[in-house]
Amino acid sequence: MRKYLLKRIFYLFLTLFIVATATFFLMKLMPGTPLQNEAKLTPSEKAAILAQYGLDKPVWLQYFIYIGGIFKGSLGLSFQFSDQAVSYLIGSRMGPSMQLGGQALVVGIIFGIILGAIGAIRKDTWADRLATILSILGIAVPSFVLAILLQYYLGLKTGWFPVAGWSGFAYTLLPTLALAASPLAETARFIRTDMVDVLSSDYIELAKAKGLSKFGIVYHHALRNSLIPMVTLIGPLAAALMTGSMVVENIFSVPGIGEQFVKSILVNDYPTIMGVTIFYSALLCLLLLLTDIVYGIIDPRIRLSGNGD
Amino acid sequence: MADNPKDIQLTSADFAPLDKQAGPDNERIAAPSLTFGQDVWRRLKSNKTAFTSFIILVLMFLIAFGGQAIYHHDPNAQEPKYANLPPKIPGVNIHGLNGHLTQSGQDVDAYKQAGAGSNVHYILGTDYLGRDLLARIMYGTRISLEIALIATLIDLTIGVGFGIISGWKGGRVDLFMQRVIEVLSSIPQLVVMVLMATAFTKTGMASIIAAIAITGWTTMARLTRAQTLQLKNQDFILAARTLGESAPKIAWKHLLPNLSSVIIIQTMFTIPSAIFFEAFLSYIGIGISSPQASLGTLISDGQKNFQFLPYQMWYPAIVLIILMLAFNLLGDGMRDAFDPKSKR
Repeated sequence: MRKYLLKRIFYLFLTLFIVATATFFLMKLMPGTPLQNEAKLTPSEKAAILAQYGLDKPVWLQYFIYIGGIFKGSLGLSFQFSDQAVSYLIGSRMGPSMQLGGQALVVGIIFGIILGAIGAIRKDTWADRLATILSILGIAVPSFVLAILLQYYLGLKTGWFPVAGWSGFAYTLLPTLALAASPLAETARFIRTDMVDVLSSDYIELAKAKGLSKFGIVYHHALRNSLIPMVTLIGPLAAALMTGSMVVENIFSVPGIGEQFVKSILVNDYPTIMGVTIFYSALLCLLLLLTDIVYGIIDPRIRLSGNGD
Repeated sequence: MADNPKDIQLTSADFAPLDKQAGPDNERIAAPSLTFGQDVWRRLKSNKTAFTSFIILVLMFLIAFGGQAIYHHDPNAQEPKYANLPPKIPGVNIHGLNGHLTQSGQDVDAYKQAGAGSNVHYILGTDYLGRDLLARIMYGTRISLEIALIATLIDLTIGVGFGIISGWKGGRVDLFMQRVIEVLSSIPQLVVMVLMATAFTKTGMASIIAAIAITGWTTMARLTRAQTLQLKNQDFILAARTLGESAPKIAWKHLLPNLSSVIIIQTMFTIPSAIFFEAFLSYIGIGISSPQASLGTLISDGQKNFQFLPYQMWYPAIVLIILMLAFNLLGDGMRDAFDPKSKR
């Protein structure tokens, strides 16, 4: 277990190192400097600005400074907002993103489980078909389309929910809904497939033969066993949420990381793009590692150190 | 008949196959025997949802790639005086399709307002520059499909190649290649796409295709490797090796045909995800740039006027959703058709 953990942590750092290196050199290939009115500046002013961002040094030195900085928690200065550190930018915008992501994950997983379970229990009935249609729609309708529709029809037209902004719980409802659709659909499909298998296994037959109530069978025996493999889904779901958050936060003007990322891309704020990239990768790597550990704990049948190699 | 085996005289006539239908009745095979492909096709046809999706996709491909031969409208021709006209189909008098708009509670004939003659009609209306929306949607769908298909093709080539080599070679090579996949798949796909798309700014289609293709192949490689590992120890592969067949030839003649079902099923799920990512990148503004259009840019353009002219976003969005639905449903159907044992 310990050896396995150490190996995984080593790969986590290796991954992040590769991401940081690749991002750094990709960004160096691109045109653009932090200078805004380049024509109007005198050479000495230019030199001063470049020196502020460390761009006067040779590229290899810049690279070592950048990588060294990451270990100290520094991700450089943003081009877009003068004198603002990227790490501060990310830190100050993490709250809304995490809240939205967390809420969407909880809503998506809970309702996904309910929908999937209904589909499996009432297999081949109208309820199953309805659940299937809902879950396939959740996958087919892109989050940005759903977000726009929700914003217009539930926000602007009916006035039931705030249209955009970030000042209180009510403002989180529509973005959460827009983000939750895809995890909900994925969860529902996963749970349905898995529960159909579980429901036809011997121990469910035994539970039925013992005369347990239908709810007892589903809740205590079927659902619990279907939930274990669900843990592996959390990594991919989190990655999908990051994708979704970029547009959903933009549409609902939520001051989160995704919104900042899109803005930075559009104005070529390279340090911020690099910082957010590394942040997203680190988050996903950590989640993947955590899910693997949790999986090993809740299902002792899976041996972490095994893994075939 | 001579008792001495040397006296047996065999002619080629002795090796003629027996009449299959001869013999006892109960051993006769009544139905015609089907090849694997025919069998899959038969099962797919009996799956109504998947088959409908298949028909819809064929129709959409025909319209997207051949529609301009019938509907002669330039998707980029601007007609500023006819900007933002609602859909009008001659002879149809349903609100929303008759060229009328509701402006501050009143029903207005937008075409009359714009001074358009009775011979002017746009089936799906026009956008903010007066471009024919139907022509643009057809054009955008074509671009979206082209990007998705080319990206999927590259994706498939890299993924299958990587998977087969990794599974076939085994040992250190496999270990190293698996680590590469492990590292790559723990980077969020979208982040890589955004980086690629920004790195090749202003090159349009090629950069999007590269961005999607570079990130999408790891799943395919994993599946192919797992299958190759199973196949390579089977007797027919062993026989081919014993007979001195070269590795590339074994891969081409023996591995690929046996991997085909896995590859086809996975491809059916790669295409909609490529369509989604293309639309996504174009929507946030780092994908296709004008005058080219894709479903993502059309949705993004339509969104600006959504409050007043909802049709401008609804139509491209509906096309995108139908495409995604049809590919996903067909993919599900294909999976069931290729693997009849799976009970879903």
